[in-house]
Amino acid sequence: MRTERPDAPAVVDAYADRVAAYVHIPFCRRLCPYCDFAVQVGGDLDGYVGALLVEIAADDPFARPLDAIYVGGGTPTSLAAVRLGEIVAALAERFGLAPDAEVSIEANPEDLDPGTAGDLREAGFNRISLGVQSLDPAVLRALGRAHDPDQAVAALAACRQAFPTVNADLIFGTPGDAGWESSVRGVLDSGIDHLSVYALTVERGTALSRAVASGAPAPDPDDQADAYLLAQSVAEAAGLVRYETSNYALPGYACAYNLITWAQGEYAAFGNGAHRHRGGVRSWNIRRVDRYVERLQTGASAVSNQEHLVGWDREVERVLLGLRRAAGVATGRAGAALLASPAGERLLAAGVIAADDHRLWVAQPLLGDEVAREVLALAPSEC
Amino acid sequence: MTDTSRIRNFSIIAHIDHGKSTLADRLLERTGAIAARDMREQVLDSMDLERERGITIKAQAVRLHYTSPASGQEYLLNLIDTPGHVDFSYEVSRSLAACEGAILLVDAAQGVEAQTLANAYLAIEGGLEVIPVLNKVDLPAADPDRVALEVVGVIGGTPDEVLRVSAKTGEGIDELLEAIVHRLPPPAPAGDGTLRALVFDSHYDVYRGVVCYIRVTDGRVSTGDPLRFMATGEDLPADEVGVLTPKAVPVASLGAGEVGYLITGVKEVERIKVGDTVTRRDRPAKEMLPGYREPKPMVFSGLFPTDGDEFERLREALERLRLNDAALTYQAETSRALGFGFRCGFLGLLHMEIVRERLEREYDLELVTTAPSVAFRVKLAGGSVREVRSPQDLPEQIDRIEISEPMMRVMILTPTEYTGTVMELLQEHRGVMSSMNYLSKERIELVYRVPLAEIVFGFFDQLKSRTRGYASLDYEVDGYAVADLVRVDILLNGLPVDAFSAIVHKEKAEVYGRRLVDRLRALIPRQLFDIPIQAAIGSRIIARETVKAKRKDVLAKCYGGDVTRKRKLLEKQKEGKKRMKMLGSVEVPQEAFIAVLRVDED
Ligand SMILES: Nc1nc2c(ncn2[C@@H]2O[C@H](COP(=O)(O)OP(=O)(O)OP(=O)(O)O)[C@@H](O)[C@H]2O)c(=O)[nH]1
Ligand SMILES: C[S@@+](CC[C@H](N)C(=O)[O-])C[C@H]1O[C@@H](n2cnc3c(N)ncnc32)[C@H](O)[C@@H]1O
Ligand code: SF4
Ligand SMILES: [Mg+2]
Repeated sequence: MRTERPDAPAVVDAYADRVAAYVHIPFCRRLCPYCDFAVQVGGDLDGYVGALLVEIAADDPFARPLDAIYVGGGTPTSLAAVRLGEIVAALAERFGLAPDAEVSIEANPEDLDPGTAGDLREAGFNRISLGVQSLDPAVLRALGRAHDPDQAVAALAACRQAFPTVNADLIFGTPGDAGWESSVRGVLDSGIDHLSVYALTVERGTALSRAVASGAPAPDPDDQADAYLLAQSVAEAAGLVRYETSNYALPGYACAYNLITWAQGEYAAFGNGAHRHRGGVRSWNIRRVDRYVERLQTGASAVSNQEHLVGWDREVERVLLGLRRAAGVATGRAGAALLASPAGERLLAAGVIAADDHRLWVAQPLLGDEVAREVLALAPSEC
Repeated sequence: MTDTSRIRNFSIIAHIDHGKSTLADRLLERTGAIAARDMREQVLDSMDLERERGITIKAQAVRLHYTSPASGQEYLLNLIDTPGHVDFSYEVSRSLAACEGAILLVDAAQGVEAQTLANAYLAIEGGLEVIPVLNKVDLPAADPDRVALEVVGVIGGTPDEVLRVSAKTGEGIDELLEAIVHRLPPPAPAGDGTLRALVFDSHYDVYRGVVCYIRVTDGRVSTGDPLRFMATGEDLPADEVGVLTPKAVPVASLGAGEVGYLITGVKEVERIKVGDTVTRRDRPAKEMLPGYREPKPMVFSGLFPTDGDEFERLREALERLRLNDAALTYQAETSRALGFGFRCGFLGLLHMEIVRERLEREYDLELVTTAPSVAFRVKLAGGSVREVRSPQDLPEQIDRIEISEPMMRVMILTPTEYTGTVMELLQEHRGVMSSMNYLSKERIELVYRVPLAEIVFGFFDQLKSRTRGYASLDYEVDGYAVADLVRVDILLNGLPVDAFSAIVHKEKAEVYGRRLVDRLRALIPRQLFDIPIQAAIGSRIIARETVKAKRKDVLAKCYGGDVTRKRKLLEKQKEGKKRMKMLGSVEVPQEAFIAVLRVDED
């Protein structure tokens, strides 16, 4: 049954018409120095879940039931499995849930014993994404993580036992990382069917960025390129297929929620700082947890701002998102304009992009942003 | 209508920063030219650039009414504040030509410096009456007795003729005003009453067209008069005449000895020339006024619009700016790397920087500047001599016999303790000593013959830092000398970039090439392919570096549903990219072009 190659155009393009819901859980036990997500340590967990349920109940369903739910964070497993189950149930009730829908949750290794894994499965989740980051103790310490390699391996095993689909997140390019290859091999050996590899990024305002500013080593782009290519060859040797810049899956195991976002599909979103795309409009909630809860308690909208891309801008966005996928994107107006531009010719000649009669794709994903900037720089074209 | 004997025309001259503009403030204030609420520091420095940099760039004329408390007599004072930086000494000489007197201002703590001497000599040679004035006597470090002796040593007279003021506190200003009316002569009309007026400056006003600043020497000019500009032969009406108080105020007429402005309604800037003589069409004067020596540009550099479509706008901007900056010259030029632009001549690097900034600000242009060069003379195989203002115009080795470079007579004033240091510095810059004079036991004047190319780039800063700011310098043109010069070319990705070429002394070529290559390597961002950067003399490579191809340029991070943020980030990066110039297939940031201006700095 699970044979669909996630790098096949027909497979990924189909997600443009599917719909999803994202739920943000902002709580973490501690803050990792590199993290700039909308998170905080502890807080009024019950109040927050209450607000989520209000926001879900007040939202409008799509024309079709949800094809995917993604509960991310932060650390969703800071909530008890039953509470998470209530959230899934509320979504299913308000939006409807397709029988084969993907229901994902993010989890941190230190929270995942076999019991919890079973409870989460019981609560309605059928896919779990584990924030392993590394299996090297020095790197885990450098990243300020709460778990050690053994906990990560044990958590992976517990997930494998309980869930039909398991992903591991890894971070590459941490300065001094000497164990990258064994981290990749280690998580693959645990039998995962999906792998996300992210380049350590120094985000503004984080503890990491302050450390770098005062002399700590910054990630080296050349080392990161090496690490990226190494992960690719190891993952592919294990039968996984790269289907997006940072994502690998066995055929049939691609992440539906992610594929919907890259196909410019629509998704509802709930929680502080959550981003949605509905009716062609992108909007996002206020970032502060207390304000978010306050607004929902007073019957106000949590939306902080919105952006309505139309015409050429929307077409550009479609290409930008689509080009992150290995399958690339139907050429369309913006793709054609790129291919016809001097920049496009330069990128083709350098082998950074490739094209056939009706499709365009990035052949060297490590240079993807170079392509993206050129797409953004295109002058709007007719027809 | 003012009786000529009640007019005093004078310039304030000094070394840079000795307080000319601040003194002008006090004179404006004391004579009530400016209401207290409109007063701000250095009010005559009206250009944004002048205010930001705290220096005067343009000479500025203003009319004051002064009633002598001693005699009750009313006077009309025309004051011209001048710039002190050596690059703008041309402004000083033009201002002096419109005056009978000069206030020679000397910082009572710093003492006599190089432009004090240079400007004092200009005034004396021009036959002007000079009032020496010590400024900043309020400073604890002021030593007026010593400095008064230095001043007397330069211009003669006795120490008790040297006034003492503080432009900051206002001390001594009343005495100075009295000295101006009593010690400076009134203008003496020559001629027979036939109108002659000197155009000593001008600027372009978007609404009024060309505004001329004039000094009437003979006769009278009134609104409505039919006028003739003698050098250009233009016949134009006097649409408006007026005075600067410092606001422009129209008046019925300006008589002999008066300074003011004249508007003719002309919009085409090329029809008016600074230095021209204005007379009446119906009763023309026989002879023109002496006018000015054309200022001689010392440094040449190419100015190119970043956006090739802006070439015509740049031409227009240069035409208008030249009206207000007679020392600027320009000539269309084509660069293989940069397209169409202009080779411009400047009085020095500060002048170049100012012109570039004024073009960017006042005319909203984005410009690339090429490495500055002096004008070389090349003797060709056939025996003829060609002037080369741009390295790319240097004839091939086999076609030329020798290259001469412009030389300068450089005068440096320094405390004697730095004599050795200064001599060493000049040696490094290929200088040859011509003389050495003691101004006093503590101060010495060193005169050297130095190639211009050695002093225009960074020399001044080196002199200042090695003498802890105590030495000052002035220079003047001193012919040409044959030298062993070569052209250093820069190749980017194998292609020569003419904008980076420079003609340098053979012994310094390697260091120059190495430094420039190093700078460029640091400034050119990694791109899709390896970019070799080479410095070459002819076909010989003297330095080489490589900007390695970039391998990773992607945000490989989970960004969840937040699509907007990533796009905005890329958009910002794209804006940065737009400011790059494509040289062949290589993107070069603006800073790279600025780097070539600073190769001499360590
Ligand atoms: N203490 C003190 N400072 C003064 C006095 N006169 C001027 N200054 C300061 O000296 C500095 C230079 O003054 P300016 O009036 O701009 O000098 P300038 O001669 O016009 O300079 P350029 O136009 O650049 O040649 C400023 O910081 C003034 O505030 C004074 O009498 N006493
Ligand atoms: C939404 S985060 C939260 C997951 C979970 N709380 C955890 O930390 O394990 C998802 C993933 O983004 C990645 N990530 C977060 N910040 C990053 C950064 N600054 N650079 C690279 N990857 C980052 C990590 O791999 C993380 O697992
Ligand atoms: S990386 Fe994960 S665990 Fe760490 S602070 Fe961010 S969301 Fe929380
Ligand atoms: Mg000044």
